Amino acid sequence: MADGTVMIQGAPGSVANSSFRRFARRRSTIAFLMTLPLILVIGGLVAWPAGYAIYLSMLNRRMTQFIGLTNFEILLESDSFRMVIFQSVFFAVTAVILKALIGFWLAHMLHHLPTKGQRKWRGMLLVPWVIPPALSTLGWWWMFDPSYSSINWLLAIFAVPSVPWLGEPWWARISVIIVNVWYGAPFFMIMYLAALKSVPEQLYEAAAIDGATSSQRLRYVTLPMMRNIISITVLFSLIVTFANYDIVRVLTNGGPRDLTHVFASYAFQVGILAGNIPRGAAVSLFMFPILGVIAFFVLRGINRRNREEA
Amino acid sequence: MSKNGITRRNVMRNGAGVLAATAVGAPMVHAQGTAGSLRFAFWDHWVPGANAALQQLAQRWGAQNRVNMTLDFINTTGNQLQLTIAAQAQSRSGHDGISLLPWDPGTYASQLEPCDDVMSRLSAKYGAVNPVAEFLGKREGAWRGVPATAGTQTKPACVRFDLLQQHAGIDIRAMWPARGERGPTADTWTWDTFLTAAEACHRAGFPFGLPMGQFTDAVDWVGALFLSYGARITDERGNPTIRGNQELRQAIDYAVRLSRFLPNDVWAWDDASNNRALISGRSALIFNPPSAWAVAKRDAPQVAENCWTVPMPAGPRGRFLAYLPYITGIWAFGRNKTAAKSFLEFISERESAELCSTMSQGYDIPPFLSMADFPVWEREGPPVGTIYNYPLKAHQQATYSIAFSPAPPELAQQMYIRALNTQVIARIAQGGESMDTALGWLEREINNMRRGG
Repeated sequence: MADGTVMIQGAPGSVANSSFRRFARRRSTIAFLMTLPLILVIGGLVAWPAGYAIYLSMLNRRMTQFIGLTNFEILLESDSFRMVIFQSVFFAVTAVILKALIGFWLAHMLHHLPTKGQRKWRGMLLVPWVIPPALSTLGWWWMFDPSYSSINWLLAIFAVPSVPWLGEPWWARISVIIVNVWYGAPFFMIMYLAALKSVPEQLYEAAAIDGATSSQRLRYVTLPMMRNIISITVLFSLIVTFANYDIVRVLTNGGPRDLTHVFASYAFQVGILAGNIPRGAAVSLFMFPILGVIAFFVLRGINRRNREEA
Repeated sequence: MSKNGITRRNVMRNGAGVLAATAVGAPMVHAQGTAGSLRFAFWDHWVPGANAALQQLAQRWGAQNRVNMTLDFINTTGNQLQLTIAAQAQSRSGHDGISLLPWDPGTYASQLEPCDDVMSRLSAKYGAVNPVAEFLGKREGAWRGVPATAGTQTKPACVRFDLLQQHAGIDIRAMWPARGERGPTADTWTWDTFLTAAEACHRAGFPFGLPMGQFTDAVDWVGALFLSYGARITDERGNPTIRGNQELRQAIDYAVRLSRFLPNDVWAWDDASNNRALISGRSALIFNPPSAWAVAKRDAPQVAENCWTVPMPAGPRGRFLAYLPYITGIWAFGRNKTAAKSFLEFISERESAELCSTMSQGYDIPPFLSMADFPVWEREGPPVGTIYNYPLKAHQQATYSIAFSPAPPELAQQMYIRALNTQVIARIAQGGESMDTALGWLEREINNMRRGG
């Protein structure tokens, strides 16, 4: 009886214990537990703020009433916001194309330098990317300063009339793009340089034997081998450039006439400075579908190519 | 144990006695020690040494009331103060009290402790409050803070009297002497005279440094210009009053004409550009508080010696003076609100306000109209009396103003931040749009802002 009692009391405990052990030993459980910290970080720092921003964008100005998509509707009816969409797209696309071209050219130049000199140049060319952009933009602002521009001072030496860098809308747009390209081109350069180094030398040798010119080698060997890295870099840069804030904020503050605002700077102005947080959230969320569509097509292209190569 | 007289029973008895004595004595100790602590965030002053006034006052009041005071000074460069306010309002935690920017009492009204009791006591002592401060600070039927002296400014004209005399033939010091009376030619200080002088100085290579961008200096002076023409963009309820508004057309037309005599990059000027224009000796006039003159005193004394502050010119509907106050608010979620109110009342007393104005070299303007007589504005120089006319005084026959009033603050704030007044001028003068097109854009923008309230 006494033994039986022990057995009856002990059996469910050991069964539960062993099933818990089995559960704990399952690979999926271990995998889940190991990724849990990351899930928590993403949940807390990405999913929750994004969800909260969506919730905010559907409130009225006083944040007391749910108004659905009205904020988005109001924004689309605003001349100024339509100009912000144009400027954001123009800024991001132009800057990314220029950064990609300059980065590609720089990577090629570096690739053909001897290793010893290459390291020195690589370090120097990376400097713009290493300096915090708010700080370097301040330096650019001094160079573009409406009244005391050092660039204009240099132009004056060569009798070139001074340029209203930040005062005239198109010059202001160009100035913002110049600074972004200066800051971002080294990133492209370093990514493309890594890609160039991974292209097998035999392919170039085979192309040379077939009598390919340098432009043909670039077109039929280098570019196809770099296609994936180019796509990924362009996508990444497009996302970062679309979300750019500091350059516009420091350089032009969105002016003249709100014509250099991008989504982030306009969202800050509307949301924080003008005290309309829900509408500011709606402005910042406009980037999401645009970038989502671009990311979908770029990543689909990469997957397709990977499947073809596999 | 018992040999030494220490028994377990004795230890227990004595221990209980000590505990009881501590418990009974605790409130007394508390009352004799500190009445808690207060942490305030104030705007970090441009004028070197001006923060020390508030520090001194906090120390004095803290010692008198046994409150541990902590002051943080947060600057507006990069909108740090604005971000701090927004973050504290969202998280419902932070300082006990904070310097609010002009439109913030309306934005955060529901989260700010009403200060009617403080304001009624102060008003009983010192009389009328600046009407603009009341317009901004009194929201939803209650004072949402106490209008501050520290940081509050007006933006009259800071004139290079030598250049104005030489190139435009105007003796501005005779017009606005450093005493409580108008000069014989003060009535001629109108926007028309101003335009003629602007043209003359522009021709001479010393254009007026008037910003036309989207920063506060630009919005403020254009706001005062519009009001002096009677040009209101909306009514008190926020309805646009743009169609058929001849005063508005007149004011915009004037600003477009004036812009031809300004440096061609004023559309991109920020709040420091006009200061630099004056200090570098390139400009004959700016609209600014005396900070530009104060910096010139240090960096370019030959410029400072020739500066004279005078009221803004008058238009057909009178003379207006741009006024930009700070308002110190107490968060409703704060823990020591009674002490915070008492501190705000203390720093608003006449002696405290005078200390702030004096230590800021006359920059700080107190919110009570009766306090426009501090000796600092008579004393400061060189030249002595240069900022006598900086605060609004009766003989100037002017009215304090803020751009976009009388629109409801929720709307006015958006129009102010978006700088709709300078933008509409820029669309015509720089963008080449017709008056009708620009006004159509203005009306659409206002209607758009009013939605989703």
